[in-house]
Formats: sequence, structure tokens, C-alpha cells
Amino acid sequence: MDINLTLVGLLIAFVVFVLFCMKYVWPPIINAIEERQQKIASGLEASDLAEKDLEKARAQANEELNAAKIEAAAIIDQAKKRATKLVEEETQRGHAEREKIIASGHTEVETERNRVREELRKQLSILAIAGAEKILEREIDAQKQSDIVEKLVAEL
Amino acid sequence: MAANGNMTPTEYISHHLTPLQIGEGFMAVNIDSLGIAIVLGVFFLWLFAYVGRKATTGVPGKLQCAVEMLVEFVDKSVKETFHAKSRFIAPLALTIFVWVFLMNAMKLIPVDFVPVLAGLFGLTFASSSVKGYVGEDAGIFERAMDHPWSYMKAAPTTDLNTTLALAIGVFLLIIFYSVKHKGLGGFIKELTLNPFNHWSLIPFNLVLELVTLIAKPISLSLRLFGNLYAGELIFILIAMIGLWQLPLHFAWAVFHILVIVLQAFIFMMLTIVYLSMASEKH
Repeated sequence: MDINLTLVGLLIAFVVFVLFCMKYVWPPIINAIEERQQKIASGLEASDLAEKDLEKARAQANEELNAAKIEAAAIIDQAKKRATKLVEEETQRGHAEREKIIASGHTEVETERNRVREELRKQLSILAIAGAEKILEREIDAQKQSDIVEKLVAEL
Repeated sequence: MAANGNMTPTEYISHHLTPLQIGEGFMAVNIDSLGIAIVLGVFFLWLFAYVGRKATTGVPGKLQCAVEMLVEFVDKSVKETFHAKSRFIAPLALTIFVWVFLMNAMKLIPVDFVPVLAGLFGLTFASSSVKGYVGEDAGIFERAMDHPWSYMKAAPTTDLNTTLALAIGVFLLIIFYSVKHKGLGGFIKELTLNPFNHWSLIPFNLVLELVTLIAKPISLSLRLFGNLYAGELIFILIAMIGLWQLPLHFAWAVFHILVIVLQAFIFMMLTIVYLSMASEKH
């Protein structure tokens, strides 16, 4: 177990190994590690950002949805009002129409009745004249007696 | 196959603790520590460089994930402790941690496996260098263990040379960073005017501070070496008790998984702490 030339040899080997390690081994590995760390850090940051964006987009979508709901409700309300109004208007118009039709019917009936009454009156006068002719059994100048007939007719 | 054949327990233990050496005295080189350490270091650098070259900033593969976990762990440890800006400390810490961990992890290979394998290689490719303590009629494993190549030790950190080399590297860096951040004058001032700021106490301060300074690499290397060497010794002792070694080996190996990682981590952490102390102004 003596100290001998081995020590010198190993010392040289040690120096060479350390220098080689410093030049060719350490830098690429530590660079790779640090680059990856940077990548992961930026990736995490990006994901954070994306999450925030998503949150924002979600809030915006919610807001828009709410606005749309409110608008829709307003539109429906308006439509309902309009429908009610329309129905009311139609009803009123129908009523008016009915009244008009009824009124015109009434007038028609009235005119018809008047016409019929006039007819009947004429017929009756004729009948009365004929009756009177029969009763008198004589020639009566229809022209002369027409004023009587007229009177009779008016009395009917 | 512990302590089999003609080997006495003492021979067996010393066999396992003797490094595979060429050369004599200080000029000797421990082939096993040096070779395995370099192979493991190159493996570490190749693997991490491969991952680094293919690294994607998108979804990483499993290998890249594992490597990145390690790198990030080291990076975090460095950033928590070392406050000055430096592109050097983190790769240094990573190299120390993974390299020491891999060298420690070699201990989990069963103690006889590597020596016997190396011995078999020796018998095959260099049969002339057999020591000849056992005869031709001995078993193949015994002859393998007899071959000089079988002195191969698997874990380089059980060799004081390895841990001291790392610690001296760190020590030189401590001095370098001290001078860099405090200036040569500041460093000398720190050594001479601490803790007693009076000119007459400069020698006393110097001794105190030098001991503190030297103690750092010494404790760093001896801690790692001591832990691993002791663990290795226990593995070797367990290997000698016959059949009961199997559950014991398992238990000790499980415990050692902790030691292996912990010692690598402590070495790395203390390196960072020492360097941050060196680069901080008081």
C-alpha cells in the first residue's frame, strides 16, 4: 500500500476527465435541462393564459345568453300584447259587422213587410170592391166610386 | 473457493490486498487501480457525452432522464453550497461523484471474481510467468490464483493512490481558488494572520492554518480509502468462512450499497464545501 507513480497517473487522469466533462459533457446536458425547464414554464404560462381566456369567453357567452333571453322575453311579451290587441280588434270588428248585418236585415224585413202590407192592402181593396159589387149587384162606376174605395183602403 | 488449496488464510488475505504492480518503489505503477479507474472514467464520460449529444429538450428517454436526474442533483448541491459563479465546479462535482461511485461500485463484484478471471487470462496469454507455487496438477482456479495477474483488485478506491490522487487534485484546486478569489496576498494573509491578528503570532498562525489546509486533502482521501478498504477487508474475511459466506456476503453487500453512494456523495460535497470556503472572502 505504498504511494507510487499510480498517484501521478490518476491525478493526470482526474484532470483530463474533469476538463473533458466541463467541455463536452456538462454543457449539453444542463442546457437541455434548462431549455426544457423554460419550455415547461412557458407552457404552463400559456395554459394559464388559455384558462383565463376560456373563463373570459365563458363569461361573455353567459352575458350574451342572458341578454338574448331578456330580448326574447321582451319580444314574446310584445307579441302577446299584439295578439291580444289583434284579437280584440277583430272581435270588435266582428261585432260591428254583426250589428250592421242585423241592422240591414231588419231594414230589409221592414221594407218587405211594408211592401207586403201594401200588397195586402191593394188586394184587400180589390176584394172589398168585389165584395161591394157583389153586395150592390149593380153596376157601379168604378171610377166614380174610387174615392170611396180609396177611403176604405186608407181605413184598412 | 476461498482459502482453497495450499493458501493459508494469511496468504489469501494478503493476496487480495496486494495490488497488481509493475516497477519498483516509488516508480511502481498499480496497473489494476490505474487501469480500472481509467476504464470507469472513460465509461462515465462516454455515457454522459453520448446522452448529452443526443439530449432533447422535448420528452426525454429513460437514459436521458436518469442522467439528467444525476446532473440536476449535482447542480442543485453545487448551487446550494457554492455561491460564487463558476462553470467549473459543477462538472468537477459531477465527475467526482460519478467516478468515485463507479469505482466504489466495483466492490460489489465478488472478491474472487476479478482475481480469478485475471489469473485465467494470465494462464492463457502469459503462462510463462506462473510463479509455480502450485503444481500443474492443481485445480484450474488454484492455478489461476497462482498467476501474478490474479493480483488484480476490482475497486480502485481501495487503493490509497486513487483517493490521494483525487484529494490532491482537489487540494490544488483549493489553492488555485484561494489565490484567484483572494489574491496571493490575501491567501498569505489568511494563512498568517488567522486566527490571531498580531504580527508576533504569525508563526503560530501559519502552523495552525497549514495544518488546517493540509488536513483537508488528507482527511478527504483517508475517509474514502478507509471506508472502502475496511469494507473490502470484511468482504475478504467473509469469503473465508465457507458456505455461510453467502447470506453474509449478501447482507454486507446490501449495506455497502449505502456506503458506496454515501462515500461518493461525501467526497463530492466536501469538495464543493472546501472550494466554496476557498473562494469566499472573510
